[in-house]
Amino acid sequence: MEDMKPEDITGEYQEVTLELYGWGPRKILYSEIESPYPDGRLIVSRTDTKGMITHVNQSFIDMSGYTEEELIGAPHSILRHPDMPPAAFKDLWDTSARGEKWQGYVKNLRKDGGYYWVKATAIPNVRNGEVVGFTSVRRKPSRKKVEECIALYPTLF
Amino acid sequence: MPYNFTVSPDFTPDHLSGWFIFNTWIQKQLGEGFHLELYNDFESQRKAIEEGKVDLIFANPYDAAMLVREKGFSPLVKPASKSDEAIIAVNAESPINCVEELQSGIKLASTDDPDVHMMGMIMLEPADLDKTNIEMKSCDSYVLVAKELLRGNSDVGFFLAEAFNDLSSMVRKQLKPLVSSQIQVVHHSLMIGPALADKKDGFRQALLSMNEDEKGQGVLKSLGFSGFEEMDEEEMEFMIDLVDTLLF
Ligand SMILES: Cc1cc2nc3c(=O)[nH]c(=O)nc-3n(C[C@H](O)[C@H](O)[C@H](O)COP(=O)(O)O)c2cc1C
Repeated sequence: MEDMKPEDITGEYQEVTLELYGWGPRKILYSEIESPYPDGRLIVSRTDTKGMITHVNQSFIDMSGYTEEELIGAPHSILRHPDMPPAAFKDLWDTSARGEKWQGYVKNLRKDGGYYWVKATAIPNVRNGEVVGFTSVRRKPSRKKVEECIALYPTLF
Repeated sequence: MPYNFTVSPDFTPDHLSGWFIFNTWIQKQLGEGFHLELYNDFESQRKAIEEGKVDLIFANPYDAAMLVREKGFSPLVKPASKSDEAIIAVNAESPINCVEELQSGIKLASTDDPDVHMMGMIMLEPADLDKTNIEMKSCDSYVLVAKELLRGNSDVGFFLAEAFNDLSSMVRKQLKPLVSSQIQVVHHSLMIGPALADKKDGFRQALLSMNEDEKGQGVLKSLGFSGFEEMDEEEMEFMIDLVDTLLF
């Protein structure tokens, strides 16, 4: 995973550096351009137990703007948007560590600096009684729920 | 005692005889007796599975988790390039043009096909609709779901995409699809229970090479399949995990 580059960005953007867990600082360039969630699709990815991406489906590739090669082996925080409160991801990791399912609304960052909202569900992959990774499946969120998150998330920092 | 074979009750009526032909083919291939028992609905089929009366099943993806994790079944094959997808449709004259325009209190026509119903409900979520604010009518077939919409008795209907496309063109013309799923990894599969476990490899091999001889091709044709593809344990686990996230 690399810093984001101005030549990849569409439209006006802001700059911030995020400290990513298990990775270090990453320069983020982000715009106010929203991509609508594609109707009828699921965006699917799998990670290892550390959150490194091991599998993505075509919808994931299309929405994120990255190539499959750029995604596989990268930390899932490659999609981390600065507007997402750290508490949301702490809850995801705490819940998954207990072997339970997590659900929440997430604003994700695209390679071109834009963003897209999803309703995400993450579950641990249990094989022979052991957690070997995680699967996350995103679906189209209700606009009403997204508006609630837009109001709530800034208060969680 | 013959082994018991059953088919997910959502098979299309056109392929009823195909499953009996397939059952005969299996008996010849394995040199074992198989009895094909068809159940009218998912509930009675699940009861039979619970009672250990099923050894081989062409299963709905929704039931796969229970079969693998509680009953010790394992996947053999899946039909080639045939995933289960859902379509949400309204009457062609309806003023509704997208899911988000659907309002709380709408009347939904659906079937007891568990995977299609699940996918349909997920595609209603963007409109803030769930089972608490819709009125659901359960129909025995997709043709009856279509009739509900044509008569104006229901506002929206869930269809298996394949069943929607199989409706007569006259009926289809009077319907308007709002959204079609493109999930691609949820599909039916042929699964064997513990009693047949030692026959798994040979059986799978026979299924995979079915389209190589004329007899096998004829059987496939009667089922409406072009062939079978291997389905391994990990692919099955992935599908189960995926369905699990959708049920949450
Ligand atoms: C299965 C799975 C899916 C995830 N999906 C996302 C995602 O879509 N977007 C995102 O920002 N973080 C996602 N995360 C969380 C990231 O791993 C990471 O915790 C988060 O981006 C915050 O970064 P940080 O932990 O470095 O602070 C996912 C984690 C798992 C285990």
